[in-house]
Amino acid sequence: MTSVTLSKINKTFGSTHIIKDLDLKIGSGEFVVFVGPSGCGKSTLLRLIAGLESITAGEMHIAGDLVNDLPPRERGVGMVFQSYALYPHMTVYENMAFGLKLAKTDKESVEQRVMETARILQLEELLHRKPKALSGGQRQRVAMGRAMAREPKILLFDEPLSNLDASLRVQMRNEIARLHHRLGSTMVYVTHDQVEAMTLADKIVVLRDGRIEQVGSPQTLYQAPATRFVAGFIGSPTMNFLPAELLSSDANNCRITTAGIGELGLPRDAGSERVGSRLMLGVRPEHLCLEEARGDNAFEIVNVEYLGNEVYVYLDPKVGDSLLIHRSEAPSQWKIGQRVALVPDLEHVHLFDSQDRALSLTRQRQAA
Amino acid sequence: MNQHPMNRYQLTRLAKHVGKWALIAIIIVYAVFPFYYAVITSLKPSSELFEVNYWLTSLDFSNYAQIFAQKSFLQAIGNSILIALSVVLIALLLGITASYALGRVRFRGRSTVMLIILGVSMFPQVAVLSGLFEVIRSLNLYNNPGGLILSYTIFTLPFTVWVLTTFMRQLPMELEEAAIMDGATPWETITKVFLPLMWPAMATTGLLAFIAAWNEFLFALTFTLTNSERTVPVAIALISGGSQHELPWGPIMAASVTVTIPLVILVMIFQRRIVSGLTAGAVKG
Ligand SMILES: Nc1ncnc2c1ncn2[C@@H]1O[C@H](COP(=O)(O)OP(=O)(O)OP(=O)(O)O)[C@@H](O)[C@H]1O
Ligand SMILES: [Mg+2]
Repeated sequence: MTSVTLSKINKTFGSTHIIKDLDLKIGSGEFVVFVGPSGCGKSTLLRLIAGLESITAGEMHIAGDLVNDLPPRERGVGMVFQSYALYPHMTVYENMAFGLKLAKTDKESVEQRVMETARILQLEELLHRKPKALSGGQRQRVAMGRAMAREPKILLFDEPLSNLDASLRVQMRNEIARLHHRLGSTMVYVTHDQVEAMTLADKIVVLRDGRIEQVGSPQTLYQAPATRFVAGFIGSPTMNFLPAELLSSDANNCRITTAGIGELGLPRDAGSERVGSRLMLGVRPEHLCLEEARGDNAFEIVNVEYLGNEVYVYLDPKVGDSLLIHRSEAPSQWKIGQRVALVPDLEHVHLFDSQDRALSLTRQRQAA
Repeated sequence: MNQHPMNRYQLTRLAKHVGKWALIAIIIVYAVFPFYYAVITSLKPSSELFEVNYWLTSLDFSNYAQIFAQKSFLQAIGNSILIALSVVLIALLLGITASYALGRVRFRGRSTVMLIILGVSMFPQVAVLSGLFEVIRSLNLYNNPGGLILSYTIFTLPFTVWVLTTFMRQLPMELEEAAIMDGATPWETITKVFLPLMWPAMATTGLLAFIAAWNEFLFALTFTLTNSERTVPVAIALISGGSQHELPWGPIMAASVTVTIPLVILVMIFQRRIVSGLTAGAVKG
């Protein structure tokens, strides 16, 4: 019932076009995460949904109603800000009760709702403190409590955890996930953090330059990125990209050659790509195997990072300048300076055409 | 042998110390002496008035008794309080709402408005005196507290608006947006979120407006006619002695001290706030 539908949404600030013809459907109760590089318009999109920015063109429906011209309070949305923006002169209780009091809720239900919210967020002990007497994580929880107290149908978060230190971030991430589970309300969440996006989202929306690059479950985005941009953006450490050239293609297979690695046959539909066109082979670090160097397939190891449970091996690429990364379980036998052969796991590689779109698996292969 | 450099070091420290306190003493004497002299003069009996004396020689309250016996002086104090408080209230009310518009709402010509406001505050009083006189006459406010309230507000408002706008701009945007998300109207945002945070700035501007209105002389002299409508500075200036050739210094000083003490007390109460209000622009990041 509380789905959000954006159709052909546009936003311009003066003459700069920020959000371009964006279509998106957010299902009821879904946890949707917006990711994308800085300045791509994530916050702007979130603020459009909140009603803090006006929609330049297009239509937005919340629960089936056109909300383009409704002020935030009538949209049934709550928002958690990056800086929390708690009212510094009010106690935790007053912060959470503020919206309810403005809505002329009677005193008893205000108290009941605030206490209920405080209980869910474990804020009962802190109700009479002012924000300046709270720790970062507590402030974060109060900010969520304030957004939740009015029982909005949709909760919006703009990088809510970016001001917290690493361990607190993990803890709060968990709490948000459990909260979503418990409340079942629709949530839209903006983040820079890969892990937050992957762990929290039902659906990730990758934005680039005001347009949607791909929408899908974390699994889809990781295993079947639609473009090279998504492939490079999702996953940490990032995917390795090796320039390749198309040698031949038929209905079931295409053969490519990659500098150093040599010829590979992949069950991909090369589509309209011609023989000789420049493609890009994408291999996730865990799908890049290392073996003893042989012939031309010899890459130098320039660094080895030991992370306890796993090891990253950095290799000098033959072309381009971003290092190749191999990831494996610890311990690892590889040493800096060694020369090794690269063997991509052909089951899991990605191939992108000259327009950076992923080439799809051939039919025969999919059926198998 | 070993102690020699120590001594020299201690000496320089001592010299610095003495120098510092000497400087402070000079500044204090320079700033406080006129007021101090007014206080001791007011406490002298009129017979001793023209003996130059730097110390309190007697405690004689007859000057105070004399001025408080005058009905017109009490009336003047009442007028001054009424006018100064009204000016403060009106200036703060208009200042807060104007500063919300100027600091928070984006509209065309905002900086022009700010510059005009700053420009207005630079006119000398005399320049607008005759024009203002006409305005006040046509509004039927001559010899009426309303006239003074109007004219003081004109001169106080630019400063108030300017300071409050600067302060309002420093409050984080997200705070206002949080209030909007909570369903607050602009008026509720101002009164329930901004006002409580703007107390330091309001105390500063309010107090300065109060002092300006309390001490103002030129308009007060020009726009009032009768004793019953006068304000304190004019009333003091018009205190007359027994004869035309005698200036009653004792009562004048007693009256001056009387009307200065409320200001001193106010400044002391609000001193912290004033400082934090005035430096808000400098230190808040
Ligand atoms: N009020 C505004 N006026 C003009 N331009 C704006 C305004 N708000 C945002 N922009 C521009 O819109 C673009 C997108 O901004 P937005 O804040 O949505 O980016 P973002 O994806 O949230 O970035 P980040 O990850 O750094 O937070 C930026 O180029 C920004 O400069
Ligand atoms: Mg942002």
